[in-house]
Amino acid sequence: MTFNLNLTINGTAQQIALDDPRVTLLDVLRERVGLTGTKKGCDRGQCGACTVLIDGQRMNACLALALSYDGAEITTIEGLAKGETLHPVQAAFVAHDGFQCGYCTPGQIMSAVGLIAEGEAGLDPERVREGMSGNLCRCAAYAGITEAVLEATREMSAQEGTSA
Amino acid sequence: MNRFEYERAGTLAEAIGAEGAFLAGGTNLLDLMKIGVQAPARLVDISRLPLTEIEPVEGGLRIGAMVRNSTLARDPQVLAKYPALAEALLSGASAQLRNAASTGGNVMQATRCSYYQDPLSPCNRRNPGSGCGALGGETRNHAVLGWTEGCIATHPSDMCVALAAYDAVVEISGPEGARSVAMAEFHPLPDAQGAGDAPLAAGEIITHIRLPDPGAMARHARYVKLRERTSFAFAIVSAAAALAVEDGRITQARLALGGVAARPWRCRTAEAALLGQPATIETFTRAAELALEGASPSGANEAKIRLARKIAIRALERAAAGTPERLPALPASLFAGDDNG
Repeated sequence: MTFNLNLTINGTAQQIALDDPRVTLLDVLRERVGLTGTKKGCDRGQCGACTVLIDGQRMNACLALALSYDGAEITTIEGLAKGETLHPVQAAFVAHDGFQCGYCTPGQIMSAVGLIAEGEAGLDPERVREGMSGNLCRCAAYAGITEAVLEATREMSAQEGTSA
Repeated sequence: MNRFEYERAGTLAEAIGAEGAFLAGGTNLLDLMKIGVQAPARLVDISRLPLTEIEPVEGGLRIGAMVRNSTLARDPQVLAKYPALAEALLSGASAQLRNAASTGGNVMQATRCSYYQDPLSPCNRRNPGSGCGALGGETRNHAVLGWTEGCIATHPSDMCVALAAYDAVVEISGPEGARSVAMAEFHPLPDAQGAGDAPLAAGEIITHIRLPDPGAMARHARYVKLRERTSFAFAIVSAAAALAVEDGRITQARLALGGVAARPWRCRTAEAALLGQPATIETFTRAAELALEGASPSGANEAKIRLARKIAIRALERAAAGTPERLPALPASLFAGDDNG
């Protein structure tokens, strides 16, 4: 049996034919759509490397059965930058060395985008650290990650202020 | 993972009686399927059932089973009247998992006993009659109350501990009709052979959780959780406490423990002993002794009994002090400054 999966990925509607119901959203993105920016770490929801936004909410793509999210809007790391202009969270990770090897970085950045949209951590570093606890970094770039999230929060609220 | 048939239930009527395993958020079931602990032939996707409301009823709340854990933790009615529930939810898992996990799924989640999670280990819960691999094994996460030689696993939920303290009721629909069970009695305790009867019959589904009015306890409720790291870890022991205090005397009391048994452990004898007493450390210490009455180690985990007493005392102390206006940055944590209560 073939399943027709409809997803809007980074603003583009896509129809994906699945011959197997077991495929996770993570495997759809990486293996079927060719968006390999989203990483597979533990594949069990423990490391956060596969974090994407599903209908604006950050989730672990490895524990999302693709068929269950038929019709959803997905944002991955590839959908953040506008052309050559980095998203403020991406720019802040570069500015603050929020990574070393970089493997966890797409998940960290997507999680941070979700965290900032939730609007609960604000500029409290403890709340940022707690809110980012679903993303592990084996290189332990946590200090830089926290700084990057705080700066991106400031930058994005300033941008909001100017555009309002 | 085994190959399975997939079907989506659009209505509750379609879900009730459907054959197969219910898939909601998937954060637990898909994980168990990946490691070969669960292998359902058929998945019935209930994630789109219209059970997503949090409605005020009779002074309390009625929570749809498909409400996501993050939505429940942020709900203004929950934060105002059931802050220990919000604190418990926020002390569990990660933000990503809370965005996916459902209320009903949280109740139905499997134990995190590592022997249950290892298909090569004997486990009466996973494979009845095979024995218990945890006996004599690594038992930091195992029971000290209500266990048998058949099974020493604990229920891992934080949410359910707070719900049990708040006298929550689980609403269930099935082919034989609707029924309700107290949260504190929903999860079976093990019998001599193993995990005991399943909490739901075939085809039954949790539709709602109902919470009664907490009255004067609303702003005197806390959740405290001891774990190996301050975030994104299951409880070694935890406690939910709620109190009403008038003129220095306790007029209402609730206490439930987590991480100690196969169900959230409601401490009714301790609650009775708190009534009419002054809200002091001496009173709380006596209550904590009663809360752990009958506790015994199921392995090299005797320390959990002492830890659970201390966590119960801390939860009662924090409840007496009053719930802070805003939940602390590190929910339910013991390791933080004054801001953390």
